[in-house]
Amino acid sequence: MKHILAASVSIAALCLGAGAAFADCGVTAGSVRILSNDFEALRLINTTAEECATDAVKVTANATAEHKNLQVPALTINPAEYTVAVVANNSIVPLLNDDLIRPLDDLVAKYGQDLLPNQLIKIDGKVMAIAFMGNGQHMFYRKDILEQAGVAEPKSYEDVLAAAKAIKDAGILEYPLAASVKPGWDLAAEFVNTYLGTGGEFFAPGSAELAIDNENGLKVLETMRAMTAYMDPDYLTFDANSIQAEYEAGKIAMMNEWGSLAGATLDAEGAVDGVVANTVLAAAPTINGGTIPSAALWWDGFTIAKNISDEDAEASFRAMVHGINPDMVAKNAEVATWLVKGYTPGPAAVGVIANATAGARAYPMQPYMGLLHTALSSELADFIAGKEDAAQALADVKAAYDTAAKEGGFL
Amino acid sequence: MPHKTFFAFILPSLIAMVLFIALPIVSVVVQSFYVEHGRVLVEVENCQPFGGCTKEVRVDSEATAKLEKEQPLGQFNGFGTYLNRSHLAVTEIGEILSANSGFSDIVARIYNLPFYKALAFTLVFCFVVTPLAMLLGFVIALAVNTIPRLIKGPVIFFSLLPMIITPLVGSLILYWMIHPQGIVGATIQDIFNDPNLSLRASPVLTWASLLFYGVWTNAPFSFVVFYAGLQTVPGDTLESAMIDGASRWERIRFVILPHLAPLATFVALVQLMDNFRVFEPIVGFSAEANASSLSWMIFNDLSGDSQLFGSAGATSVLTIIGVVILLMPVLLRTWREFNHKAV
Repeated sequence: MKHILAASVSIAALCLGAGAAFADCGVTAGSVRILSNDFEALRLINTTAEECATDAVKVTANATAEHKNLQVPALTINPAEYTVAVVANNSIVPLLNDDLIRPLDDLVAKYGQDLLPNQLIKIDGKVMAIAFMGNGQHMFYRKDILEQAGVAEPKSYEDVLAAAKAIKDAGILEYPLAASVKPGWDLAAEFVNTYLGTGGEFFAPGSAELAIDNENGLKVLETMRAMTAYMDPDYLTFDANSIQAEYEAGKIAMMNEWGSLAGATLDAEGAVDGVVANTVLAAAPTINGGTIPSAALWWDGFTIAKNISDEDAEASFRAMVHGINPDMVAKNAEVATWLVKGYTPGPAAVGVIANATAGARAYPMQPYMGLLHTALSSELADFIAGKEDAAQALADVKAAYDTAAKEGGFL
Repeated sequence: MPHKTFFAFILPSLIAMVLFIALPIVSVVVQSFYVEHGRVLVEVENCQPFGGCTKEVRVDSEATAKLEKEQPLGQFNGFGTYLNRSHLAVTEIGEILSANSGFSDIVARIYNLPFYKALAFTLVFCFVVTPLAMLLGFVIALAVNTIPRLIKGPVIFFSLLPMIITPLVGSLILYWMIHPQGIVGATIQDIFNDPNLSLRASPVLTWASLLFYGVWTNAPFSFVVFYAGLQTVPGDTLESAMIDGASRWERIRFVILPHLAPLATFVALVQLMDNFRVFEPIVGFSAEANASSLSWMIFNDLSGDSQLFGSAGATSVLTIIGVVILLMPVLLRTWREFNHKAV
């Protein structure tokens, strides 16, 4: 009842607001049950997909930050609790490992006319997911502060450190830098980002053997540590949302921040005077004289569960294709960096696109990458807090990863 | 009461205890002896929006599913998980003890192992917070007992607040207060005249805030129990002590304390158990960099992109063993007293 109400309210709102005709997705029967993460772009897609609901078609959506913990058990049962799992580079891996999602080639051939070729995530030649938006961390900087300190736009981490020094020496800001280095997922992501910039590989080719214990790994850690000298002493407690708040408060000159937060940073709300007008979005800095932006590229996409009837799978696919239709994207261009046909990037998408065009690498999809991420998230804490040296930190990461990978059956 | 009646009385709760406490513990113990099957890996072509197509390693899900069907629990690993680096780290400790440069080196290197690091904070939390919280609770109980009846109700309510508030919310409130712009953080900076002083940056101060939070949130429990106990102190004994010229302190020392001693044992038992499972403040204070606990390790194994059930199971079993060891002296004493009375 609640969902029917929600769906009818959203349909009514759509009809009133945009004057759009009643959405006809062509779905005649079946049940669509969506599980997704909880942020604006995904909620928008869910409500658009819910427009497909009719008397014969039920569409429900559960947007929750706990989606990663729910998806494997929910899709393992038969019939699966959800027909659609919205995933990203990392969260598709557990679904692939346990063979819980179905190939979409036939559905794409039948109903995927609106999809672009690069939206199709192909694994072993089969389409397993349809991507609809890109994301990633990139540079946000204040051009007024950089001008005042007399430094040019920073392109590399070496530039960033030099600029931070200049800003601090000129007495403009005490702590010009910020990064989400809170021990846990954020800190590990920061390492992964920067390491990707070196061009190095995380694992020995074709195996789960860790390969970060090298010059590149040391350089990445040294850079991360050098940055902390210009950060607020509380940096160990800063995650992506906290640094956004600090930035909007005008206390930060340069930071690496998620592209999905750019829209919220650039809007009129929450920022002190001058921050929005002077903010420039650019590709993530390079490291060690390289040319690759030090940031992982992420895609968000949808997958269809394996343990459901073909009818439900078809209904789900068509509802989701409707959920990401070009009209919706055109109306909500500022919400995300869409990968959908007909999208013209808005000002908030500049950073992610700059990353992609400069050749940034995607977040690795190896089945054991999650174990490495967890090992990094706890073992780098001592290093970033300044309590141990880089070599020891890398040795600890390797030891923790090896233990976990053995237990996970990868080594 | 005949044994049969007694049994009939406790049967429902006995069933519930077996179903919801004993069986899950057994399953955790069993799980802790197993690790995942060796994954069958294959290299496949992988295409995505960024970076085009690359060769990447995948799990061969069919082959893995077959292995899992044969042995759903995984591979038997015995005590392997207990002894690995994430837990008791026997090999690593052996290496440290055989090659080191003095005592401080040994301590530093053992502290670098995740389990011992977590254990260190857990034990410090237990043994600092429990007595302090009990002391504070007792002092509050004594104070509340003497105030006029009219304001007693509101005072009791406010004293209980830390216990009523959800632990995570309570820790977040305190966390925001010690933020450099929060009321406590800013005041401390002002008092020490150091704009860079932050309670959240240094390990020592983080521990201190966590311990402070622990005392704050645990004191109400001791207070409630001691306050109830104070109502049962015999008035005659107190009066005769007053007639004998005992001061307030002497009355507390020689009448009230002996009377409340059995209660104190009970409170200590419950608090030690509770504090050994410290978890919420570490998350609430974002203190992962400087402090971790056994419960936090379990949480860390089960959250994230890939879960390690065997490892989490092993840490849980070690936590249970830890609680039993901690409670041993108190349990032994209770057992002895029980036997003594029976004779």
